Amino acid sequence: MSASHATSNPYAAQAAGWRPPPLIGSRALRWALLLGGLAWFVAALVTMEINWARAAEGWQRGARFLAAFVPPDFVSKWDDIAEGLLESVMMTVVSTVLGLVLSVPVAVGAARNLAPRPVYLLCRAVLVVSRTFQEVLIAILFVAMFGFGPLAGTLTLAFATIGFVGKLLAEDIEATDPAQLEAMRATGGSWLQGLAWGILPQVKPRLLGLSLYRVDINFRESAVLGIVGAGGIGATLNTSLDRYEFDTAAAILLLIILIVMACEYASGVIRRAAL
Amino acid sequence: MSANTEARTQDVVWRRRTPMGDLLAWGAWLAIVLATVLSFRQISDATIWDFVWDAPQQGADLLSRAVPPRWSYASVLWKPLWDTVNMATLGTLLAVILGIPVAVLAARNTTPSVLLVRPLALFVIVASRSINSLIWALVLVVIIGPGPLAGTLAIALRSVGFIGKLLYEAIEEIDPVQVEAVEATGATRAQVLSWGILPQVAPAIAGIGVFRWDINIREATVLGLVGAGGIGLQLEGSVATLAWPQVSVILLLILATVVVSEWVSARVRKAIT
Repeated sequence: MSASHATSNPYAAQAAGWRPPPLIGSRALRWALLLGGLAWFVAALVTMEINWARAAEGWQRGARFLAAFVPPDFVSKWDDIAEGLLESVMMTVVSTVLGLVLSVPVAVGAARNLAPRPVYLLCRAVLVVSRTFQEVLIAILFVAMFGFGPLAGTLTLAFATIGFVGKLLAEDIEATDPAQLEAMRATGGSWLQGLAWGILPQVKPRLLGLSLYRVDINFRESAVLGIVGAGGIGATLNTSLDRYEFDTAAAILLLIILIVMACEYASGVIRRAAL
Repeated sequence: MSANTEARTQDVVWRRRTPMGDLLAWGAWLAIVLATVLSFRQISDATIWDFVWDAPQQGADLLSRAVPPRWSYASVLWKPLWDTVNMATLGTLLAVILGIPVAVLAARNTTPSVLLVRPLALFVIVASRSINSLIWALVLVVIIGPGPLAGTLAIALRSVGFIGKLLYEAIEEIDPVQVEAVEATGATRAQVLSWGILPQVAPAIAGIGVFRWDINIREATVLGLVGAGGIGLQLEGSVATLAWPQVSVILLLILATVVVSEWVSARVRKAIT
């Protein structure tokens, strides 16, 4: 009875042996990718020239670093910390505003549905350059040009903002409904009026979201620019780490995390209030 | 009657916001302008403006020194470039491996405890995201010594938060029906995770990973500045010795690498979705 039951259900055996279909259909390609990946992995590890003895020593120092977080030392270097943080915040404010003011025209120029071909190519080139180079690289050049201090950092962040907001906003402009712009033109509206009433209302939520997100990024980036002399909290942090003052470094890191969290919370509130 | 309504509609002035809303909007704009002006004045006080007016000349000077690039210098750069790409790739792999459990713990529908575990996982994500990879590198160079290992770990530590955040949002958006179906067969938690949830977010994992890899290539190019390996070390050396023709070679090489990685990343993401 039971034997005939098993034979009467041939699907059971088949189901037990079922495997999900592989991601890559061709078996040869699958093996080639796997072996290639393994070969790269080994080569990467071997050529890294890791000093394991030095890294092993790190456990102690790592433990000391973590221990410095309880309690962090806000007091002994407070003046430096406060000054650095305030400078970071001011750089964030000015660079975001400046960057946004500049990125809107670049975004309009980089939108295929609004700009003539030469303008489009020029604006796209600006965006590519701005997005390719890490902020710190730009900061090095700007420090060489404008001298040490927060202005170099502010301009760096503003330039990076153009690349970020410009690209994403341009994509949003290209995705707008053309009917609204056409309606504006049909009423005899000028190009600027078309922009203001046909395009802006459609991209406004995205623009607000990007701006708020960029405030966040600019603050986080402003914390590293000090390493190359472009102002902000980074210089203080770098010095404290160089002098093995881990408790001060811990205090700075915690403050950065707190401010970023506050920014994220505030941007959530603003987004809900404005939209 | 009809005259009455007509009079009333004429009296109504259309307004976009309530008076309170108007006041708030004005207040917000005023606050932004004030903050910007005050901040700019502070920054301006900390600036030596003579240097700034000099900037176009300085820029032109730099450019004239940087051109033509010293192409022979590129032969020294292949190994640091290889290190840079490896740091970014290994760091991203490590971050994906670490980020998946963090995301599972942070997602509302998979976390073991909304009250205890979820806030902890969210804090890990925020902490990781708040600290720039260059700062992670600074810390790690002090702890485990200079070299690409510090750079790889710095990339990984910064990326865990990024991957964790995007992935937990993806997990929260999955279709609960599939999970329920697997649960109904009497599957354990681990089985539900691997058969009900993982297949749904696998494309997201790959997409987020490749997206972050692209960003990490960019970030890895500067980690050498603080001694964490990669091409940044050569850049630092060249800038410090004012060898601008070498700087331009390095920047062009970085440009090429980033453009290629961006292209690869875009292709892979397009293939996935």
